[in-house]
Amino acid sequence: MIQISDLHKSYTMGSNSLHVLKGLNLEIDEGEFVSIMGSSGSGKSTLLNILGILDDYDQGTYHLGGKLIQGLNETRAALTRNEMIGFIFQSFNLISFKNAMENVALPLYYQKVSRKKRNLIALEYLDRLGLKEWAHHLPNEMSGGQKQRVAIARALISKPKIILADEPTGALDSTTSFEVMDILKEINDQGKTVIIVTHEHDIAAMTKKIIRLKDGVIEEVIKNGELQLFKDRIRTE
Amino acid sequence: MFDVDVWQEIFSTIKKNKLRTFLTGFSVAWGIFMLMILLGSGNGLQNGVKEQFADNSVNIMWMWTGETTLPYHGLKEGRPIKFKNDDYTYLTEKSEDLEQVSSRFYLPGNIMYTYKNEYGSFETSSCHPALLEMEKVNIVAGRFINDMDITDFRKVIVIGDNIKKALFKDEDPMGKYIKLNNVPFKVVGLCFDKKRQNERTAYIPVSTAQRIFNGADRVHTFAVTTKMVKTTEEAEAITERVRQSMALRHNFDPKDTRAMGSFNMLAEYIRTMKIFQAIKIFVWIIGIGTLIAGIVGVSNIMLILVKERTREIGIRKALGATPASVIGLVLLESVLITTVAGYTGLVIGVSIMEGINYILEQMLASGGADGMFFRNPTVDFTTAVASTLILVISGAIAGYLPARKAATVKPIEALRDE
Repeated sequence: MIQISDLHKSYTMGSNSLHVLKGLNLEIDEGEFVSIMGSSGSGKSTLLNILGILDDYDQGTYHLGGKLIQGLNETRAALTRNEMIGFIFQSFNLISFKNAMENVALPLYYQKVSRKKRNLIALEYLDRLGLKEWAHHLPNEMSGGQKQRVAIARALISKPKIILADEPTGALDSTTSFEVMDILKEINDQGKTVIIVTHEHDIAAMTKKIIRLKDGVIEEVIKNGELQLFKDRIRTE
Repeated sequence: MFDVDVWQEIFSTIKKNKLRTFLTGFSVAWGIFMLMILLGSGNGLQNGVKEQFADNSVNIMWMWTGETTLPYHGLKEGRPIKFKNDDYTYLTEKSEDLEQVSSRFYLPGNIMYTYKNEYGSFETSSCHPALLEMEKVNIVAGRFINDMDITDFRKVIVIGDNIKKALFKDEDPMGKYIKLNNVPFKVVGLCFDKKRQNERTAYIPVSTAQRIFNGADRVHTFAVTTKMVKTTEEAEAITERVRQSMALRHNFDPKDTRAMGSFNMLAEYIRTMKIFQAIKIFVWIIGIGTLIAGIVGVSNIMLILVKERTREIGIRKALGATPASVIGLVLLESVLITTVAGYTGLVIGVSIMEGINYILEQMLASGGADGMFFRNPTVDFTTAVASTLILVISGAIAGYLPARKAATVKPIEALRDE
């Protein structure tokens, strides 16, 4: 699903150049449930932006679903994002003056689906996440968990190849966090590739593979079998 | 682009910023309002002056004769110059600059009009049929003098409304005979002039007038219409050519304005209209200047709006909004504000001018607006369409910079958690 080889990215800040990703190699298969961890400055946000086609890279290659993602213009990038990627953000990023249903339906608007049809589909997705009664409520009338579920529905509605979640539980209490993780797990069980960026160990431990970044390269990949070990290690830390 | 969603979004942002939207819209509305008032006033002045020209064809020219004041070809000054019927023939047949000609023979002395026991003294205008169009005689019953009247020396007369009232009271004058100094003339037509200028005038065939009142082939004045030309120079050249040909026929110096006097309306008309064209351009410049102030205001507000909506735009872009759709969103909002506000200004401005026009018409109908230099101060359809176009275009201009800024919003930066 995702093949990244020798990825480089640096930012120029005034006269200083900051080399963030230094020849990163990464492969994620279809249907994986992956978390990306790393301390701040490790390059995880940069990697997420590149994965989400929100930012370009300097060197190397990035294939998404077999397609090379490189040097796209803004319009192409927007269309590819809409088609391939579902985003979930820490702060939900719902549009405040649109109700839940309209927020969920937004990606379909950019696919030029008719209003009636996309609202119907949006209701269906909200129903799946147990929010049917909240369809006509504005975001500020909902709790954090509900808002994140709306955001998840929005990420799913365009049937993307991968779900990219940036600290999806960062703004939630632990009970709600686990609920959200359960939903993401369920989505993954249905065969969707889910990638989470997080710095919380217990959240990362709920995924099937953990990629730890350090200084712009992958320091460690912990897979299924070793996960139990990782969990034990967190407890002792 | 014209999806309900776009409008829903525009309205929700407008609703959130009512005062700001109002103030922004007000500047545009004010601009258009001023433009309408200025243009309307300009038109009113122009129409008022046009109205002064409206009594006659704008291309009318009068010629009359007097005594020479300059010696010419060995002939002394002080000779009387007289037009004759063959001058009429010459002007109608030979002169290429003229379209229509009517000669006039002044009836001698005071002509007494009598019908039964009623009598009175009125202005008598002897003429050719062409005068109908030249002096815009308004026939309300019967007909005007025609060619047969001229060739057959018919004793027919067309009378003004005042003459009819004085002589006939409530009686129908058509077909009745009026005596002019004891010569009976049959009434064939009735004319009415709402400006009450020619109502004490009666028209008779010039040939009949010459025969009955011992005029022989004498003509006192000519009224002619010249070719419609575009410039004062051309109009004056026509006057000059006509003068020269008449000078040649009657042996006087063409520069001698006392031997033959002339007045070419068209030259005056073109001169006046040029002044108004200049005024109009001036008015447009001021109006558009006011409008530009409004546009800058809208553009400014839209820039602030885009800044405030950076996050929302970032979300949209992450979800697949193309730069074009983001530009469309901002541009459409600005076009909407300017169009709605501008249209309001347009309607108010036009309404006020129409109101003034209504009052003016009322005054005119009651006869209280004689010599008014301000008429019909309204804006025509073309101007209204042009203004609407200006509005939409200015909305687009006002939205362009902010829209471009919005399109360059980077989702990463917009969505970064502070």
